[in-house]
Amino acid sequence: MAKKKTITAEEVETVASEAVAEMVEPAVEAAVAAPVEETATKTVEEAEETAVTEVKESEPLDPEAILEVRNLKKYFPVQTDFFGRPTKYLKAVDDVSFKIKRGTTLGIVGESGCGKTTLGRTILRLQPATGGEIYFDGLDINTLKTKELNKLRPSMQIIFQDPYSSLSPRMPIGEIIGEAVAEHKLVPKSELKEYVLDIMKKCGLPHHYYERYPHEFSGGQRQRICIATALALQPKFVVCDEPVSALDVSIQAQIINLLKDLQEDMGLTYIFISHDLSVVEHISDYVGVMYLGSMVEYATTADIFDHPMHPYTEALFSAVPVPDPKVKMHRIILSGDIPSPINAPSGCKFHTRCSRCMDICKEVAPKFKDYGNGHMVACHLYSQDDETPAE
Amino acid sequence: MLFKKKENNLPAGEKKKNVHYLTGKETREIAKSNNRRIRELEKKKRMHVSEADYTTTMRDDNNIVEFDDLHTHFFTDAGVVKAVDGVSFDIPKGATVGVVGESGCGKSVTSLSLMRLVQGPMGQIVGGSIRFNFGDGKAYDIAKMPMSDMRKIRGEKIAMIFQEPMTSLNPVFKIGYQMDEMVLLHTPNCTKDQAKARSIEMLQLVGIAAPERVYGCYPHELSGGMRQRVMIAIALSCNPKLIVADEPTTALDVTIQAQILDLLREIKAKIDGSVMLITHDLGVIAEMADYVVVMYAGRVIECGTTEEIFDNPLHPYTIGLQHSKPVVNRKVDRLYNIPGQVPNPINMPDFCYFKDRCDRCVGKCSGEYPAFVQVSPTHKVACYLYEEKTNSEE
Repeated sequence: MAKKKTITAEEVETVASEAVAEMVEPAVEAAVAAPVEETATKTVEEAEETAVTEVKESEPLDPEAILEVRNLKKYFPVQTDFFGRPTKYLKAVDDVSFKIKRGTTLGIVGESGCGKTTLGRTILRLQPATGGEIYFDGLDINTLKTKELNKLRPSMQIIFQDPYSSLSPRMPIGEIIGEAVAEHKLVPKSELKEYVLDIMKKCGLPHHYYERYPHEFSGGQRQRICIATALALQPKFVVCDEPVSALDVSIQAQIINLLKDLQEDMGLTYIFISHDLSVVEHISDYVGVMYLGSMVEYATTADIFDHPMHPYTEALFSAVPVPDPKVKMHRIILSGDIPSPINAPSGCKFHTRCSRCMDICKEVAPKFKDYGNGHMVACHLYSQDDETPAE
Repeated sequence: MLFKKKENNLPAGEKKKNVHYLTGKETREIAKSNNRRIRELEKKKRMHVSEADYTTTMRDDNNIVEFDDLHTHFFTDAGVVKAVDGVSFDIPKGATVGVVGESGCGKSVTSLSLMRLVQGPMGQIVGGSIRFNFGDGKAYDIAKMPMSDMRKIRGEKIAMIFQEPMTSLNPVFKIGYQMDEMVLLHTPNCTKDQAKARSIEMLQLVGIAAPERVYGCYPHELSGGMRQRVMIAIALSCNPKLIVADEPTTALDVTIQAQILDLLREIKAKIDGSVMLITHDLGVIAEMADYVVVMYAGRVIECGTTEEIFDNPLHPYTIGLQHSKPVVNRKVDRLYNIPGQVPNPINMPDFCYFKDRCDRCVGKCSGEYPAFVQVSPTHKVACYLYEEKTNSEE
C-alpha cells in the first residue's frame, strides 16, 4: 500500500512539474531579455563539478546533525530532443548543502518558485534527487533500497501546505491518522484506536472528532489533523511545508504554538518552509535563504536577522511590512521579477537584480563559504576581502 | 457558502446532537422563507427607479463614500448568512482606508456591495445605504441604484483591483483587448486607436518596461506581479475617484508586494483619489492606511486613525490580532493566541460575537450587542469594557 502510494506521488509530481514547465516556457523565452552566453555557463558548470568532488572526499559526517545535505540537486527535464533525451533542465534545487542539529528548527525562506518545496520533498525522497547526498542519521537516503527506505519512513514525515487538499475526503479522521500507524505496525491492532485518540489529544483535537470527516472542519482544525497524521508515526524529523500559509492570523498563532509545544515534548527536528519571514524568525533556530534553487545564505536566526550579508537577504528582509505606523523602513526594492530557473542567469544568479553587482558576479558563481560562526554566504562582496590576506 | 455550525461545549459523555444535520422539514422551511425574501428583493430591483429616488445628500461633503448601516445577506440552504450586518464607516476624499479582519468577516462582501457585484439572487443587499459622492454636488445611494445606472459608476468612478491576478484576467483574450474594452465602454466616441494609446499609457504608468509587448501578450505569459500591475492599469484607465483594492498583494511574494504597494501609493498621489484597501495583513495596513476599520463576523468592531489603532488598540479582538502575529526583530517566547475560531455566521447570537473567544468578558457581555463607544473624535469601539469607563469618568 505504502509502496504504491510513493510511486504515484512521484509520478504525479514529475508529470505536474513537466506540465507546468511546458506552460511556463513560452513566457520564459519572451521574458528573458538578455541571452545567456553558452561558454560562460559551461565553465561555471565545470567549476562546480570539481568543487563537488572535493567536498565528497574531505568532510566526515557530523555526529550531532540528524540530517546532512551535500550538494543536493534536483533537475526537471523540460525539453527533449528527437530521441526523447532531455536537452534542457529546470534546476529546481541546484547544489544545496546544509546540516540540521537534533531538536532544532531550520527555517527555509525565499520567493515562490525558488525551490523551497522541491527541496523539502527531495530530502524525504518523495521524488528522487538528480545528484548529491542526503544523510539522515548516517544513512544516505538516495542510495537506500525501497525496503530499507520504507523502514525509515516513519521517522521522517511531512506536513503539507494546503490542509484542504491533503486529507482524503472519503475517510474519517480516526482512519486517516491511524492508516500509516497500522501500515507500519507501530502498535497492535487492538490498541490502535486508543493510540490514535492519544495523538489527537496531544494535537488539541477532542475525542469525538474520531469519526468525523474532513469537510466538517475549518482550516485550522484540518491543519491539526495533518499534524496529528504526521506525528502519529513518532517521527524524529518533520518537514513543515508552509503549514500556516493558508490560515488566518489568529489560527496561525495556535498552530505555531502547537508545533513549538510538540517539539519540546517529543524532541522533534523541523525544517520549516515558509515565505513569511516573521513566522520563520519566531520558530526557527537557523535560517536558510534560497534564491533560484540555490542557498545564498545560512546562519542562526539572530545572526541573519541582525546582520544579513547577502544583498538578496537584505532586500527580502527589508520588504517585510512592519505593523507599526511609526516605523519608517528603509526599504530596498528589487527591480523586476525573479528570473526563470530554466535559463538561470550566469555567474551569481542574483546579479540581474542586485544593486551591488560587480563584473565578476556576471561570470563566476560565488562559492558558499563560512564567514565566522557558521554564517554561510554565497556572494563575491565578501569573498574578495577574504582572499587578499590569504594570498 | 457552506459554513459549519459552532461547536457547543457539552459536558463529556453526553451524546452530542449532530448540528450539521437539518431535517427535511427544517430545510423546506428555510427554502420557503428564502424564496419569499429573494422574490421580494428581486422585484424591487427590477422596478423602474427614477434618478430622484436614489439621490441623497452626503453627511459630510468631504467624504467620497459613506457606508450607513449596510446589511448584505446570503440566503443559503442552511439558513441566512449575515455576511455584512450593520456596517458603517466613511471614506474621506484623498485618504486610504484599510479594512482588516479574518477570512469570513465580511470585508470582501462590503467592497462587493459597494460595487453592486454581490452574487444574486442568493446574495442581496437587504438594508442600509451606501452614499457615493458623484461630484457636481450630486450624491447617489448605491444600494438603491438600478443596475443600468450603476454602470456609470462602476469602473469609471469606482474601480476595483481583485485579489487574485491569476484568475481575474480572462485567459483567452490578449491584455490589450481587455484593457481597451474598459476604455471603449466608458469613453464616448472613442476610437480603437485612442483606446490603444490610452492603454499603453496606463501600462507605462504602472511601471511595465515594455508596454507595447505586454499589450499583445496573453495573461499566462506574465508573472504574478506583472498581472497585478495590469489589473491596476485596467482599474486606473478611467481615472476613478476611488480604488477598491481587495487583498491586492496576498497572492504575491514579499519583494513583489513591496513593489506593488509602492506603486499604489504613488498612483494614489498622481490621480488624487481615495483607496479602500482590504487586507488581513496588519503590516500592510500600518504602512499604507490613514484610517483603519477592524471587522469581525460581519460587523465593524473598532475604527480610528492608523496611529490610534496601532498605539492604543481597545477591542480585545484588535489587541489579540496584533499580538498573535510575530514581528521581525521583536522576540516573544510564545505567541498570544485567540482561543476558538470565528463563529458560524448562520444563527448568530444576540450578544457580542466575540464573547466566546474573549478573555476580558464582563457580565454585561451576555446582554445585547454592544453599541459604539466614542473614545476620541475619530476612534470608536464596540465593547462594553470602555462604556463603563467613560460612564464612570463622567
